[in-house]
Amino acid sequence: MTSVSVIDQLKKAQILELLEQGKRVDGRALDEPRKICIEINAIPKANGSARVYLGDTQVLCGVKIQPDKPFPDVGDKGMFMCTAELLPLSHPTVETGPPQAPVIELARVVDRGIRESHMVDVSDLVIEKDKSVVGVFADVVAIDYDGNLFDACSYAATAALLTSKTPTWEMVDDQPSVVEGGDKPLPVNTIPVSVTMGKIGNYIVVDPNGDEWESMDSRITITTDSDGNIVALQKGGSDGFTQDEINQCGELSVKVGTKIREQLKSSQQESQ
Amino acid sequence: MGGRDATMVLLDENGIRCDGRKIDEPRKIMIKAGGLKNADGSAYIEFGDNKILVGVFGPRDVHPKHMSNTDTGILRVRYHMEPFSVGERKRPAPSRREIEISKVIKEALEPAVMLEKFPRTAVDVFIEVLQADGGTRCAALTAASVALADAGIPMRDMVAAIASGKVADTIILDVNNEEDQAGQADMPVGYMPSLKKITLLQLDGVLTPEEYKKCVDVGVKGCEIVYELQKKALHDKYFGNRKD
Repeated sequence: MTSVSVIDQLKKAQILELLEQGKRVDGRALDEPRKICIEINAIPKANGSARVYLGDTQVLCGVKIQPDKPFPDVGDKGMFMCTAELLPLSHPTVETGPPQAPVIELARVVDRGIRESHMVDVSDLVIEKDKSVVGVFADVVAIDYDGNLFDACSYAATAALLTSKTPTWEMVDDQPSVVEGGDKPLPVNTIPVSVTMGKIGNYIVVDPNGDEWESMDSRITITTDSDGNIVALQKGGSDGFTQDEINQCGELSVKVGTKIREQLKSSQQESQ
Repeated sequence: MGGRDATMVLLDENGIRCDGRKIDEPRKIMIKAGGLKNADGSAYIEFGDNKILVGVFGPRDVHPKHMSNTDTGILRVRYHMEPFSVGERKRPAPSRREIEISKVIKEALEPAVMLEKFPRTAVDVFIEVLQADGGTRCAALTAASVALADAGIPMRDMVAAIASGKVADTIILDVNNEEDQAGQADMPVGYMPSLKKITLLQLDGVLTPEEYKKCVDVGVKGCEIVYELQKKALHDKYFGNRKD
C-alpha cells in the first residue's frame, strides 16, 4: 500500500496543478460529469434492469418485484429497498467477505437518495392491507471501478426502476397469486438524480474519476428531484466545506442534475 | 424507535413545538468533560433525552499493525447503541446504520485532530449511546470532540453538531425524535466554528434550494450555541471548582 500512496501523492500534485489552470486530468470542465451511457433491460429476467457506464465506471442494477409481508406498523404501504455491492472483479483491492464501512455507506446513500425522493409510489403497492404488499428490490453491483460509484449506482437503480414492469397480484386462498397479463409500469412519482462533487484543494469538481477520487480531500453527494428540490445529502471524506461551498454545491447539483434527468427520461421513453 | 402519532401537533399557531420549544431553540444540553478513570479522555452528554458516553484512548499502538500509517496517526471511531437505548430492544451487534454513522463521525472529526503529529499510532473513540431520542449522531459528535480535547490530543478546533430540519413547512433547530419521524426534513450539521468549516452534513427530506440554504445556516448558528457549551464543559473541569 505504501508504494501506491507515493504514486497517489504524485497524481494528486498533478491534478491540483492542472486545477490551478482551470483544467482537469481528463479534459473536462469542473462542473462537467463524464459521459453517461444507459443500457436498459440488460437482464430480461429481472422486472427492470439497467447497465450504466459513467466514464469507465460500470454498474448493473436489477429490480425484482415480488409479494412480501408488510412491516407491522405500515401495512398500507409497499416496500422499497435498494442495495449496492462491489464485486471482487471490479478492482484489485476489493476483497470478498462481509461489506466494509465504505460499501455500507455507498449502499445506504444510494438507497436514501431514491427513498427520500419518494420516487417509488409505495402507497400504490398494496395487495391486501396488513396482509400482503409488493416489495420492490433494486440491487446494484459495481462491475468496473473508476471513481464515483455513488452516482453510477444511483443512475442505474433509477433507470432500472423507471423501466420496471410490475405484475399484478390478487389474493387467492389468502395467498397472493399473479394475474395473467397484468404487467404494468411501476408507479413512479419523480426522477431523483444524485450529483457527487469532490473537493480537491479549494476546487469543487463534479463527478470525480478514479484518480480524482483518490486525491480528493472530501466529497458531497446531493440528490435532487424533478421539481428541483434537494431531497438527500451526504458529506464524506476527511476535510470540511465552508458554508459558501455547501451553497455552491447545492446550486451545482440542481443545474447538473437537470441535464442528467433528461437522459434518464429518454431511456424511460425508449422502453415504452 | 417510537411509533407515529398522527394526531400530534408538531407546530402550533403560536410557533411552539410538540415538546414546548420555540423554532430556534435547542433542547436542554448538558456536557461534562471527564468522568471515566481508565480512558485517556472522556465526556458525557445529555442532549434532551439522549444520554451518550464517549471514551478516547491514544495516541497508542495500532493493532492490527498493518492498519498503521507511517505518515500519520489514524482515527478510529465506533458508534454503538446499547440494546436498551431504544423503544424496542436493539440487537447488540453493530447494524449497518451504526457502521455508517461511525464512518461519518470519524470523517467529521478527522479535520479537527492533528493526527499528522502521531505517525504509526491510533486514536480510538468509543461512543456508547445509553439512551436515544433523535439526533444521537450530533450529540455523539459533540461529546466526542470534548472527549478528544479532554484526552489532551492536539486539535485545530472542536466540532460542534446539531440538526436543523423542516417541520410543518418551517425550518427549525434541533430535530427531536417525534419531529424526525413525522417531520419533512432532517439535516444533521457538524461545524468547526473557529475554522468556519462544515465537517458533517447529511440530509433526508425534501427542501427547496432556498430552504436548503436556510437549513444549513440555522444548523451552523445552532452549532455555535453548542460550541459554547463544549468550551464551558472543558473550562468547568480544568478551571472550575469541581473536584473531579
